[in-house]
Amino acid sequence: MNLLDPQGPVAAANRTILVDSVFIMLVIVVPTIFAILAFAFWFRASNPKARYQPEFVYSGRVEMVVWSIPALTVILLGGVAWIGSHQLDPAAPVPGTGSPVRIQAVSLDWKWLFIYPDQRIATVNTLTVPAGAELNFQLTSSSVMNTFFIPQLGSMIYTMNGMVTKLNLRADNEGKLQGLSAHFSGDGFPDMMFDVNVISPLAFPDWVTNTAKTDAVLNEDSYRKLMQQGIEKGRPVYRLDDPRLFDLIATQHIPPGPGPELASEAGRSHSGGHDAR
Amino acid sequence: MLGKLDWSAIPFDQPIPLVAGAVVLVAILGVLGWVVVKGHLPYLWHEWITSVDHKRIGVMYILLASVMLLRGGSDAIMMRIQQAVAYQSQGYLPPEHYNQIFSAHGTIMIFFVAMPFVIGLMNLVVPLQLGVRDVAFPTLNSVGFWLTATGALLVNVSLVVGEFARTGWLAFPPLSELSYSPGVGVDYYAWSLQISGVGTLVAGINLVTTVLKLRTKGMNYLRMPMFCWTTLASNLLIVAAFPILTATLAMLLLDRYLGFHFFTNEAGGNVMMFMNLIWAWGHPEVYILVLPAFGIFSEVVSTFSGKALFGYRSMVLATMAICVISFMVWLHHFFTMGAGPDVNAIFGIASMIIAIPTGVKIYNWLFTMYGGRIRFATPMLWSVGFMVTFIIGGLTGVLVAVPPADFMLHNSMFLVAHFHNVIIGGVLFGAFAGFEYWFPKAFGFRLDERWGKAAFWFTFTGFYVTFMPLYIAGMLGMTRRMQHYDVAAWRPWMIIAAFGMAVLTIGVICQIMQLVVSIRNREALRDRTGDPWDGRTLEWATSSPPPVFNFAFNPDVRGEDAYWDMKVHARQQAFAHEEPEYQDIEMPRNSPTGFVCAFFATIMGFALIWHIWWMVILGGLGAFATFVVFAWRDHDEYVIPAAEVARIDRVNLEERRSLVSMAGAV
Repeated sequence: MNLLDPQGPVAAANRTILVDSVFIMLVIVVPTIFAILAFAFWFRASNPKARYQPEFVYSGRVEMVVWSIPALTVILLGGVAWIGSHQLDPAAPVPGTGSPVRIQAVSLDWKWLFIYPDQRIATVNTLTVPAGAELNFQLTSSSVMNTFFIPQLGSMIYTMNGMVTKLNLRADNEGKLQGLSAHFSGDGFPDMMFDVNVISPLAFPDWVTNTAKTDAVLNEDSYRKLMQQGIEKGRPVYRLDDPRLFDLIATQHIPPGPGPELASEAGRSHSGGHDAR
Repeated sequence: MLGKLDWSAIPFDQPIPLVAGAVVLVAILGVLGWVVVKGHLPYLWHEWITSVDHKRIGVMYILLASVMLLRGGSDAIMMRIQQAVAYQSQGYLPPEHYNQIFSAHGTIMIFFVAMPFVIGLMNLVVPLQLGVRDVAFPTLNSVGFWLTATGALLVNVSLVVGEFARTGWLAFPPLSELSYSPGVGVDYYAWSLQISGVGTLVAGINLVTTVLKLRTKGMNYLRMPMFCWTTLASNLLIVAAFPILTATLAMLLLDRYLGFHFFTNEAGGNVMMFMNLIWAWGHPEVYILVLPAFGIFSEVVSTFSGKALFGYRSMVLATMAICVISFMVWLHHFFTMGAGPDVNAIFGIASMIIAIPTGVKIYNWLFTMYGGRIRFATPMLWSVGFMVTFIIGGLTGVLVAVPPADFMLHNSMFLVAHFHNVIIGGVLFGAFAGFEYWFPKAFGFRLDERWGKAAFWFTFTGFYVTFMPLYIAGMLGMTRRMQHYDVAAWRPWMIIAAFGMAVLTIGVICQIMQLVVSIRNREALRDRTGDPWDGRTLEWATSSPPPVFNFAFNPDVRGEDAYWDMKVHARQQAFAHEEPEYQDIEMPRNSPTGFVCAFFATIMGFALIWHIWWMVILGGLGAFATFVVFAWRDHDEYVIPAAEVARIDRVNLEERRSLVSMAGAV
């Protein structure tokens, strides 16, 4: 999950900006730290060679320099930020080979549901994508906020109930990656890590066909069961019954997830009640 | 009768909070028992609890902060141990407990450690630096302190009665809404902050008024010590920002108590609005904390370099620039929420712009040291340690202000490392520097230097060993608030961080030892001159500890570094030995208003949390009645006769003359 080992163009560009920004700042920061330590050491009271200049409390030139150095750095970095924000806008498509793959990700308590509306399949806690293809994500949440993040593919984006956020990525190399939720969402939060299988574009249609053979069907009923609070250790797959399911979730036609069930109103009402494990 | 409260609220099945709670309870009862048996209660009541003296209130704020630092620090130790052991296992803390701990850690460290520490130092020092006898609203000051203490008390009560929030320190909805957090945890969180927030707001109003309206003769704005400037900026931010927090939490409470829909998923609620509002307070909040620390470093660096602050006007400008810009950058806390590139870029650049005045400050401290004669007493060590550490925190801060970098680092351990880098390296180092620097002024004796230096080196090293690994973990994709994890690459860094935490703990122990050793050796460490560091500002012109009226005569200020000026003039002209004509001094009478008000606020807060409505009414009426009684009182001041003033001041002058003549002889 190393951010410095990107597996897609977005992550690579983010990393470049990250590393460049650090180096731009280090040019200023390292000499400054060195100067602090050097001045502090040289002007120690016990050093007879240091010249005591109590009147040196203002210098127009020094002021000019000390305002200019951080200002110039910020102008430079501001340019990086402006250009970077526009080039790496998560909502902007990332061109790839082959036809784009649409994926609708829903954060549930506490698992990830990935719906492939065009392929009419859905998976839980495993995201399978073809290498090199443009990946269009639509994101929403069944209940609380989460953040969809695959560190080695790049930018993260929040998922929120009743709203759809957009994210575009591309995975360049086949292999296994990991994704996670980067916004705390309750007791099962640490178990929201998910597998990302980047497979060859040739194998992707086969994977879709095989997955579609499953008996499990995802429709409103099975979705309502899935969105109950709990941790999913397995990797279930579904045939997608209704390709509009994501829209029903995002527009709240299916109401938000219920949260913890209370054992009894009066009893242990002070605690969360329901134990996730 | 007792609302939602019953025996199941006590976590009999969880040994950690129960034992911790029992130990704290026994300690409190022990201290109380000792106080009563030894007959110290009247002294405590008359001299401290009901005191409206800004110095005493400042000391009580710092005491509160120190005690809560131990609580928040214990949480930190538990979290670091959990993350060190919870690799492919559940560790020793179940999620419902771990989640409370990190929520409590953040809440306590910001609201009940950092805030009271800096407000305490401002309270203690600012009136002295301004050459005045008290703050603008002495009784209100006491109310502010006791309401802050109420908030801290309620947070700690949640340890044994019920639970604390399991939502993180900003309680983001919808997780913090009733449907996802049905317990009382979020209510403890919100009511504690509502009550202490009122306390903070009145403290802010009080200090702004004090700086603007109560300055001694000749102390015009551009002669104020830098700490007064940063106090002004910080408290202007408090006055502007804290009402936002209060309103935001009020809306959350309306959602939870009365079925409103400000931030719910349903019925048109909007969680992004909460995010906006909480950060519109939250971002200025970090500058509320760090600006006073900047002021402290300015005083310390200048004093221990034996020079006036370099580029004073530039520093004033930088301070006020930070004050204004800090209100325009809050959106950088949610670049990843789907805003467009223009919005992200503009707020990213605005955030970087704050780095300009901050950088200027670093350089001005640097040039204050240049040509100085630097004495490395403990406060100066903290200051140099701060400069080095804060620059690194500044670098990572500007880095996450670059939106594409933030897209990778948002909410990661890198971010956790960054804000600890600036809050520990900036605020906490500043608080410790101020504590070491002004302790002799408050208590009349210096702190032991050897233990102080040991505390610095352990804390400084411990900080790096703890938080540099977290930067790396963040670069390895680790996000914050993980109760357990399965990624092998993160493990070693968590173990190193836990080890660093141990070093930090030794630092805290040294700090405690310093206090114990210094109190035992206080006669040897006694500061008879009132000016132990060869200071430059007016707080050093009076005795240590200062008399209740601070100054027998309000000093006449003729330039920057007022007291340095006076010392120079005194040396040149020798002292005029004529006795000044002492006059009666009127001082505000002590008042139990603050304590009684907070007592009722505690009852009301507790009752609100547990839905005990009759008790809510009782507490509310009690607090209101206290206010009415206070408003109706006729005698609010007492007179210290001229003879008494003269007696106290002559002793001080005598000591001071001997000091100046000795210095002159050298």
